[in-house]
Amino acid sequence: MESCPLIKNILLLDSEGKRVAVKYYSDDWPTNTAKETFEKAVFTKTQKTNARTEAEIAMFENCIIVYKFVQDLHFFVTGGEDENELILATVLQGFFDAVGLLLRGNADKKEALENLDLILLCLDEIVDGGIILETDANVIAGKVASNSLDAGASLSEQTISQALATAREHLTRSLLK
Amino acid sequence: MAQPLVKKDDDRDDEAEYSPFLGIEKGAVLQEARVFNDPQLDPRRCSQVITKLLYLLNQGESFTKVEATEVFFAVTKLFQSRDIGLRRMVYLMIKELSPSADEVIIVTSSLMKDMNSKTDMYRANAIRVLCRITDGTLLTQIERYLKQAIVDKNPVVASAALVSGIHLLQTNPEIVKRWSNEVQEAVQSRAALVQFHALALLHQIRQNDRLAVSKLVTSLTRGTVRSPLAQCLLIRYTSQVIRESGSTQTGDRPFYDFLEGCLRHKAEMVIFEAARAITELNGVTSRELTPAITVLQLFLSSSKPVLRFAAVRTLNKVAMTHPMAVTNCNIDMESLISDQNRSIATLAITTLLKTGNESSVDRLMKQITNFMSDIADEFKIVVVEAIRSLCLKFPLKYRSLMNFLSNILREEGGFEYKKAIVDSIVILIRDIPDAKESGLLHLCEFIEDCEFTYLSTQILHFLGIEGPKTSDPSKYIRYIYNRVHLENATVRASAVSTLAKFGALVDSLKPRIFVLLRRCLFDSDDEVRDRATLYINTLGGDGSVVETDKDVKDFLFGSLDLPLVNLETSLKTYEPSEEPFDINSVPKEIKSQPLAEKKAPGKKPTGLGAPPAAPLSTVDAYEKLLSSIPEFANFGKLFKSSAPVELTEAETEYSVNAVKHIFDSNVVFQYNCTNTIPDQLLENVTVIVDSSEAEEFAEVLSKPMRSLPYDTPGQTFVAFEKPEGVPAVGKFSNMLKFIVKEVDPTTGETEDDGVEDEYQLEDLEVVAADYMLKVGVSNFRNAWESMGDDFERVDEYGLGPRESLAEAVNAVINLLGMQPCEGTEAVPNNSRSHTCLLSGVYIGNVRVLARISFGVDGPKDVAMKLAVRSEDEARAACCNNILLKCKVFRKFLQNNLRSLDPLYYWCYFHNRISYNHSRTN
Repeated sequence: MESCPLIKNILLLDSEGKRVAVKYYSDDWPTNTAKETFEKAVFTKTQKTNARTEAEIAMFENCIIVYKFVQDLHFFVTGGEDENELILATVLQGFFDAVGLLLRGNADKKEALENLDLILLCLDEIVDGGIILETDANVIAGKVASNSLDAGASLSEQTISQALATAREHLTRSLLK
Repeated sequence: MAQPLVKKDDDRDDEAEYSPFLGIEKGAVLQEARVFNDPQLDPRRCSQVITKLLYLLNQGESFTKVEATEVFFAVTKLFQSRDIGLRRMVYLMIKELSPSADEVIIVTSSLMKDMNSKTDMYRANAIRVLCRITDGTLLTQIERYLKQAIVDKNPVVASAALVSGIHLLQTNPEIVKRWSNEVQEAVQSRAALVQFHALALLHQIRQNDRLAVSKLVTSLTRGTVRSPLAQCLLIRYTSQVIRESGSTQTGDRPFYDFLEGCLRHKAEMVIFEAARAITELNGVTSRELTPAITVLQLFLSSSKPVLRFAAVRTLNKVAMTHPMAVTNCNIDMESLISDQNRSIATLAITTLLKTGNESSVDRLMKQITNFMSDIADEFKIVVVEAIRSLCLKFPLKYRSLMNFLSNILREEGGFEYKKAIVDSIVILIRDIPDAKESGLLHLCEFIEDCEFTYLSTQILHFLGIEGPKTSDPSKYIRYIYNRVHLENATVRASAVSTLAKFGALVDSLKPRIFVLLRRCLFDSDDEVRDRATLYINTLGGDGSVVETDKDVKDFLFGSLDLPLVNLETSLKTYEPSEEPFDINSVPKEIKSQPLAEKKAPGKKPTGLGAPPAAPLSTVDAYEKLLSSIPEFANFGKLFKSSAPVELTEAETEYSVNAVKHIFDSNVVFQYNCTNTIPDQLLENVTVIVDSSEAEEFAEVLSKPMRSLPYDTPGQTFVAFEKPEGVPAVGKFSNMLKFIVKEVDPTTGETEDDGVEDEYQLEDLEVVAADYMLKVGVSNFRNAWESMGDDFERVDEYGLGPRESLAEAVNAVINLLGMQPCEGTEAVPNNSRSHTCLLSGVYIGNVRVLARISFGVDGPKDVAMKLAVRSEDEARAACCNNILLKCKVFRKFLQNNLRSLDPLYYWCYFHNRISYNHSRTN
């Protein structure tokens, strides 16, 4: 336990257990088949639980999995069995809220797929190679949505309203095209 | 920018199936990627295509090498565009493609430009991308920029550089270690996450330097750490320092105050990390535990499942070592039994089962009964195992616990679950005599309606062993005979065997059993008929009440004292010939697997199963080797082969190790030699053994090795004679003697003339433990009881101050060379007393069991009480002499256990054996 907290994977699945976006950071699942088997097992194990108001937690194959659902989206964050559960929950919450912000509170599968680039960038900003980069949803969403921001402005100093405004602008532009 | 990429199909049900990626195909998308080459780039369209590519990769699609290269080159063109959004997607794409070294060069300059850009976002991302795909040589070029980035005023840039540093440390440690000044500075950063990343990197840079880590921890625990994540790291590093500083039992633990202070932190993550760290301290005292338990208890009633889970999981672990400390939480824990999250509920129950006292058992069982119906099998198994250990802890409560087990046995459940229950009942029957009759009846009822053939046969077998010993064996017959009517052939066959066992052991039942067995003669299955015929004949045929003779009983009941795997291999190698198969030739040694057992403590072969399966042992290999040498043919059966003993230092010219093979009246040393000099060939290799310090041994023959080429191991043997059956000991000095011939390395030709040479080896000792076979027993208690105290010896010894109890236990086990049973070689942390069960077979096939109770007396003085039972008949063997030797032994133990030669202990046995011999002769 001398090591830095590590995330094994982050999964975003739909209500049938299919991938929306996933990112693996560890070698525990070397092949795509292994990954899919893991996702399926995790999904089946958790689908009946009510993880809509508070994040839920389960142990599975020597991993700790924290998860939370909204609409038809299922969010999962996996860590090793000795990992501090609350750190994993913080990462999950960051991911969950950031996606909510980026999808303007309209988080469902359709919206997520239509803005898949945002979701992928969001994953990229949360964890880098298993190491937690950022857990504050506002900062994460800010970084993802900062495309048209002034070059000099510090990202972390952005307020959430700014971040949201950018996100909104970005989205309107892409939707109205 | 990722807009609907496929036109909406109006006929389709929007809600259910609509996806912007519907009908996407790799080939088409790769075609689309040609837009990257357009002279006039359309950033939006390019972004869309990248998104599609990423989508494909994310869904598990893979690109061939050619495709990946093509896409990569196309993507690099996009660096021309100044569109920020597109650039982000380009970064992502490059990371996903993980280009090869020669491809990396193409983007390096673009990325380095971005790394020095004015846009922070570019800088941060370019650093991460570049560090991800870079190699050592490139790294030295960009090192300067990375060092600057670490102390950049923008936290995102600094974090990007630090995190990349953590990754690079794995591949290029020497470079990253040069950054420690900058990292040190970043640890002081005001930005929370920069501090976290800097701390993680700094610790990894210094992890092998204990002093530096300790200094780091000391300075930071006094200062301020801003982010909760960094604080968690600091707690981990602190407990590492505490662990490595060694436990000073007296006085306060260093840094404990810091950990305790963290329990009052405002972030739950930190509180929990600290609480967990405290519970995992080595030799934690209950005073130290209390504050940690208190915060965990608060978490138990949190509204957040994650918090409850974390707390109950930690308390569950604490309950294994300090059950009393957790009892305060019992009320909160009980309310968790009805928790929505079944993992939490199961953990709560198993914790309660560990901490509960005798009076609370009944109440607890009531609550669990309601709970069992709605959890998954995997959780039920955990609960069943916990109940089993509870029952062993409070044998008086067996009635309610056994009832509980039989109730859940009747309910629905999968094989693993049912097996866990049956195993538990069997163990309870074995260990709690009062529970036997009711337990057997529960099992009988279970097989009336059991869908698992395996369990049915196992239970029938068990009934055959235990049933006849009960007060009224006849009541089981009905259940068993019913199987013959209602089940498949496998179960029928084992029911027949069980019936026969009743017939053999209970003479009054014999006539009735015959009637039943005769009916089985008309069974449709061959095996069933065969068994019935066999048993009718062995039991004495005509149905009259005859005394069943000993041979039959042995055949039916004598436990097959062999590992089945060994028997199987022996049978496979047996070739049909005049000579019948001799069961005594099957090796009995069971390879112990302490490691595997430790890893799976729940899977010990405690249940119905046979003794632990033995892997094909090296003994077989040795036996084969020795039997292939005609000179050793008349030595008889190999008793034991020791583990190889190294006789040379590592990396010398010739590497030699020796294996001691013990026979009844001979000892053979097998020297395994390896020649590590490429241009030498050794010929006529022998070992000259000087046995002047081993009086009872006389050299009978030496078998030289004709040649020993480079790097091909070979063996030479030396055999000795010793008094038969006597555990003679002694010390032998060895000299390797050979003729060296030069080998031409280019042609491989050997010169004709050789030079005689010698090489001094280290001494080899034959010790008393060499005469002891490590043979485990599956049920120590039974074996101990059945051996009786006729030939028991009990002695007490003070071992003087020892490092720890565990160390003393290990030393004694090694000294005796016996097999620890039932996992008793493991000493729980902090315990003040321990009982160790040992079993072995001594030369002359004398079974020996030992029960050793250790206790810590005063600060570190260890005392032990040694009780030995043996099949040996030499009870009254030269008492004076033994006592005298024992006194010597005791003195030695008191002085220094480690340097003690096992000789003195084994003198005790030695005397018995020699006494035995003198009596029989």
